[in-house]
Amino acid sequence: MTGPPLLEVRNLRVVYPGDDGDVHAVRNVSFSLGRERLGIVGESGSGKSTAGRAIMGLIPRPGRVEADVMRLGETDLTRLDEREFRRLRGKRIAMVLQDPKFSLDPVMTVGKQIAETHRYHFGSSWKAARIAALEMLEAVHIRDPERVYALYAHQVSGGMGQRVMIAMMLIAGPEILIADEPTSALDVSVQQQVLAIMDEMVRSRGMGLILISHNLRLVSSFCDRVLVMYAGQIVESCRADRLHAATHPYTRGLLAALPELGNRRTELPQLRRDPEWLADLPAIGGAAS
Amino acid sequence: MIELDRVSVTFGSGQTALRAAHEVSFRVAPGEAFGLVGESGSGKSTVLRAVAGLIPHAEGTITIDGRAVPNRRPRETRKIIQMVFQDPYGSLHPNQTVDQTLSAPIAIHRLGDTERRIVAALAEVGLGREHRYRYPHQLSGGQRQRVAIARALILEPRALLLDEPTSALDVSVQAEILNLLTRLRRDHGLTMLMVSHDLAVIAHICDRIGVMRGGRLLEMTTAAAMAEGRVSDPYSQQLLRANQTLDPGAPAEDIVA
Amino acid sequence: MSATNLRIGAATGWRGWLLDSAPASRHQARLGRWYRAWLGLRRNGLAMTGLVIVLALVFVALFAPLFASHASAFTQTLTDRLQPMSWAHPFGTDELGRDIYARVVFGSRTTLAIVALVSIIVVPLGLAIGLPAGYFGGWIDAVLMRVTDIFLAFPRLVLALAFAAALGPGIENAVIAISLTAWPPYARLARAETLTWRRAEFIEAAVLQGASHLRILFTQIVPLSMPSVIIRLTLDMAGIILTAAGLGFLGLGAQPPAPEWGAMVSSGRQYLLDQWWVATIPGLAIFVVSLGFNLLGDGLRDLSDSRG
Repeated sequence: MTGPPLLEVRNLRVVYPGDDGDVHAVRNVSFSLGRERLGIVGESGSGKSTAGRAIMGLIPRPGRVEADVMRLGETDLTRLDEREFRRLRGKRIAMVLQDPKFSLDPVMTVGKQIAETHRYHFGSSWKAARIAALEMLEAVHIRDPERVYALYAHQVSGGMGQRVMIAMMLIAGPEILIADEPTSALDVSVQQQVLAIMDEMVRSRGMGLILISHNLRLVSSFCDRVLVMYAGQIVESCRADRLHAATHPYTRGLLAALPELGNRRTELPQLRRDPEWLADLPAIGGAAS
Repeated sequence: MIELDRVSVTFGSGQTALRAAHEVSFRVAPGEAFGLVGESGSGKSTVLRAVAGLIPHAEGTITIDGRAVPNRRPRETRKIIQMVFQDPYGSLHPNQTVDQTLSAPIAIHRLGDTERRIVAALAEVGLGREHRYRYPHQLSGGQRQRVAIARALILEPRALLLDEPTSALDVSVQAEILNLLTRLRRDHGLTMLMVSHDLAVIAHICDRIGVMRGGRLLEMTTAAAMAEGRVSDPYSQQLLRANQTLDPGAPAEDIVA
Repeated sequence: MSATNLRIGAATGWRGWLLDSAPASRHQARLGRWYRAWLGLRRNGLAMTGLVIVLALVFVALFAPLFASHASAFTQTLTDRLQPMSWAHPFGTDELGRDIYARVVFGSRTTLAIVALVSIIVVPLGLAIGLPAGYFGGWIDAVLMRVTDIFLAFPRLVLALAFAAALGPGIENAVIAISLTAWPPYARLARAETLTWRRAEFIEAAVLQGASHLRILFTQIVPLSMPSVIIRLTLDMAGIILTAAGLGFLGLGAQPPAPEWGAMVSSGRQYLLDQWWVATIPGLAIFVVSLGFNLLGDGLRDLSDSRG
């Protein structure tokens, strides 16, 4: 990681009040993100998606977001209101979600949506925005940008839809991209292509990438660093290529439980959840993790 | 146990006709675990549902336990072959407790002895008394899938059809369910026909594997052969490569719609 | 995933029993479900207001003699006609000297009876037509929907009037007339719900187990369609009450001396300027009850939207 961190988070907490007790979805999560690819891995309920959304100010009421530090560059994210967040989203932090079918407006052509994002952040004319959009489509390796510009959401396949989303999210030149299960809805062969594109875009623009996924193999092969979350906390933090040497029993258990082609075991070792893992880990006080 | 002879399925007609499965033929021996692997749109799920008798207009011949079965199955034949669906959130009725879900098939076939059967089924899949009267939204994904498996087993079928049974589950839960399926197959001598897009999962459970693409069965191979990379069809090789550790260094290809 | 291990401050006592995540019987499970729904409704102030009004209607109708004397609703005291509101007559008297308060109280019985009878007829009728149409499709769907369309083509009040006029005056005939015009939207709704659920995997699972169509319709689809239908019904109540009042206003429906609110408004028309209470008080009663049903229906719909 070179230079100062793009994003600094210390002791992030997200709480949802409920009928029978509060739910602590994210408990004292701390990390920093530089110009690198950071993976956040966890199963459902681990809080990984919630953490990503908290950074973007997307936690709906009555959920509460608190943090000792949540800073994007010089901007303090804990003090922003909805209007300020809206200006931030797309311009400085962008998010790519799982299924482009749900993120794209069905009644507008995809090209127009990309152009609209450009107009919103730069106040450009439709003509200039269209040119910028076509350039982005080319940058994500879509061979016929003019034709794809005029397509509607239901006319694009999954992989292409995600490329369109990436184009739309990156056109305003954000510093950070958060990708929440971007390839989970795609076929395996298409996954590779989409990830390669994200990688290329992030590198060429000097951005930081947070990849949130449940897929350990994907995250370990694609990212530089990996954070493993369980029950709202980070239980493991290491370099991606050292993941197989992870120390926390939860991570080791997850790795062992994956079926492997060529290594058929009669019984997959089952993860035994130790209630110890639910205990509150010490919150970070001083230096960043 | 299960035999398909030139089974084809077409959805729609005329201009918008979609050939979901094209003359698919294969055989599954009694007690064997056979897997169909392919990406979305390959037709693997369609073939499975045709075998289950959920597609009234399927063409070709399907033979179960030596007898050719019509597309509209008589009630009796339902006891021989059962299915576990992919989505644990969708395959259970949201307004019925686990108890109600499990007692329905018993009532339909008038088997009697309801209490004993339900308790035994729950124990078989590793669920306890505390789960019996819960509603689906009060269960985790893995627990829901266990209920779906219990429901499939309660009629004591000879064969089990599995449609991506673990695709919607977390890794740790997936391991539990796969272990459960392995154990059940061993204990009951079940014949299994499983469909998935995940090669590792298929190779874990199944001995013989069929690769499908665009509605056609491209190649028949074994888990061992796949592990060693000994597959002939180029698409199978592509699938094998894609399933292995993903390589971000691979060039980002240009694509057309 | 219910992360009960992350919750702090769980309930105890009978609340705990109801909210128990491991019910020990079908009974406990069902009650628990109803209780959670009730908690959701309770948070909605307007819906609770509506509920209170509706419950008040039911209570007053059932225990009318406790609230007013039957005699004062029917005894004509011509020397006491058109008296303004006072301690003796809280809502004044009407043109025949009868106590309006007592008539409103006993009139609630008529209103409740009409509402209950129409509901009992309309819901099963709508389901019986809409469910098979949605489930079987094809010509069954076409025929049933065309019949529904025919009934829908007529403006409701006009059709109700036509039926009531043909059948003759009287409350029973009013109920029949209203029911015959109110059922089509429920058939449409039932059909729409069935179409949504027909392709669900649990339906396929039921087919796979050898369940007959009838069993699937009754045990699987009906419970899923009921919430929408009930909500629609509560929202429709206002319309039903007003239609009944309209029929009463025109002399069809409840006949004198029965204290039906619509008929009361009608006969009080001519005194509207000087003795406004004769027509206005029953009119207010109609308004309040309709509003109550509306608020309750809105609350129920919000509840099912958030869970749906």
